[in-house]
Amino acid sequence: MSVEAWTYLIVGITFAIYIYIGYASRVRETAGFYVAGRGVPAIANGAATAADWMSAASFISMAGLISFMGYDGAVYLMGWTGGYVLLALLLAPYLRKYGKYTVPDFIGDRYYSHTARAVAAIATIFISLIYVAGQMRGVGIVFSRFLQVDIATGVIIGVAVVAFFAVLGGMKGITWTQVAQYTVLIIAYLIPAIAIANVLTGNPIPQLAFTFSDLVSRLNQIQVDLGFTEYTKPFQGKPMIDILAITLALMVGTAGLPHVIIRFYTVPDVRSARYSAGWALLFIALLYTTAPALAAFARYNLISTLHGKTLEEVRQIDWVAKWEKTKLLAFVDKDGDGKITVAPGRAFALKGGKPDFNTPDEKSKNEVHIDNDIIVLSTPEVAKLAPWVIALVAAGGLAAALSTAAGLLLAMSSAISHDIYYRIFRPNATEAQRLLAGRIVILLAVILSGYFGINPPGFVAQVVAFAFGLAAASLFPAILLGIFDKRMNREGAIAGILVGLIFTAVMIGMMRAPQIFGAPAPVIPNLFGISAEGVGVIGMILNFVVAYVVSRATPPPPEHIQHLVEDIRIPKGAGQAAEH
Amino acid sequence: MSNLEGYWKANTSLIRNLLIVWALVSYVLGILLAEPLNAIRLGALPLGFWFAQQGSIYVFVILIFYYAWKMDQLDRQYGVHE
Repeated sequence: MSVEAWTYLIVGITFAIYIYIGYASRVRETAGFYVAGRGVPAIANGAATAADWMSAASFISMAGLISFMGYDGAVYLMGWTGGYVLLALLLAPYLRKYGKYTVPDFIGDRYYSHTARAVAAIATIFISLIYVAGQMRGVGIVFSRFLQVDIATGVIIGVAVVAFFAVLGGMKGITWTQVAQYTVLIIAYLIPAIAIANVLTGNPIPQLAFTFSDLVSRLNQIQVDLGFTEYTKPFQGKPMIDILAITLALMVGTAGLPHVIIRFYTVPDVRSARYSAGWALLFIALLYTTAPALAAFARYNLISTLHGKTLEEVRQIDWVAKWEKTKLLAFVDKDGDGKITVAPGRAFALKGGKPDFNTPDEKSKNEVHIDNDIIVLSTPEVAKLAPWVIALVAAGGLAAALSTAAGLLLAMSSAISHDIYYRIFRPNATEAQRLLAGRIVILLAVILSGYFGINPPGFVAQVVAFAFGLAAASLFPAILLGIFDKRMNREGAIAGILVGLIFTAVMIGMMRAPQIFGAPAPVIPNLFGISAEGVGVIGMILNFVVAYVVSRATPPPPEHIQHLVEDIRIPKGAGQAAEH
Repeated sequence: MSNLEGYWKANTSLIRNLLIVWALVSYVLGILLAEPLNAIRLGALPLGFWFAQQGSIYVFVILIFYYAWKMDQLDRQYGVHE
């Protein structure tokens, strides 16, 4: 059977499973719709959280990104895992004890203010919207790469599947499909990684092959010979202060992302919330410790396969020919010697942020353009695996994109239908009206995200930094202070959130002015060496300082709020709190 | 109430200790000291690089499970478990 036939078969089977699970877990009440009836076991919530968290970018692009960044790729590896420690120790158990439906629920109630609720809801919607557009695009790209359908058709298929299980099953449907999606994506990621580790080093465990074989030493040597610096040498692309700031911003941002936080409302009690954070990170770590191994293997393999060979020679290799057709791999013989040179710098000049394949970049001797995505996509072929494995990788990429999209859509639509419609404007709405509102809003959100997937606003890919920066500078400090500082009041929290949000948004806007507003140059390139990706850390610090100062200068929170804080610090009674 | 204050104090000092380890493996060993540590090898990898791309993640996982396990004991000790 051909790769294409296998891909249709495996993608078809996995989609049928997701749709079946969505139908089987359809819900009839709001607790089921928003928090899966709080009946999700810790380990299942861990798997769902892992799928929720790992997006198309984690699955397809991250290993490639690390492969080109070397040591500096650690910002993503540590940044996107370390946040779970903060979540498990500082937020998840207490939010579960508090036991409502959303992040704005907690912030609005704890700070006894609809203003705080509305600000948190708007931050939630904005953060999730930025993120989800990229996911739907990811669905389209996976379809187009593997099945040669156009991106728009791929997006529409993805929208239809997500709409089915999200509208019908809400959080319950999303949770159980995410558990299935985690299984698909991790198998799809590990099989090729294990195979390539075995081919290149003779050790099938990628993490062990990475640490104990001499492959990375050989890679370091090749890099130096070709004029790069060593693969393992720190701070080649970014200064140390920026590495520190980005890592911290990604960690804190992760802990503050609403679609991740709301997953911890779905478990039965506080104890399960703590353990499920551990399971989530364990499941995530399976992929996140494999990715850097895959990155180094693939880089070694690509350089040693291509460098110094003639074009005719490498084009006889199947995967080279295949990916050259898609332009993920492209060659230009700059010196006319008929041989390929791998060197630092770009093979082609950039035009609008993308390589222009008609204009070789004469500043560099490099003659090969390698797209980040090829690292994961080509691994099964490089390791000479059967066609069904390639099909499985396609299904894995789709699982990663769909599961993240579904979680984001629920976070976004619950902020609208629960926090804004029900809590602020229609507190007298009946259960049936609330459930209907939830279903309508999530359907609209799915359609909107599909629209953005087909017509991506140019700036979206450039401002993912926004999602993490804003979460770090707004929601995280407000929740943390709400739990650990009993004296924190409405005035302090609102002032802190606003200062953090505005500062971070303005900074990212100025640093990314060319991408966002089409300005000729950034207004400022960085702040003390900290780039747009890491500047949320400064916003977070400002939030903490402003919140503290303002809260101490204004009256303490009312007595019942102080009792609320005492109550969420104690695990006992989380079961009853669910029946509010 | 003093009972619950004791519980909260024990919890927050446990959190503080674990966050010190969290910062140590990632920010100190993985970033601040990455260059000098790279002179030492773990297996075939430079140690600073290993902490940044492998070791810190393993430690994060252990920290969370350790916290959950330790809190089980504290919850029972202070009688605040479900």
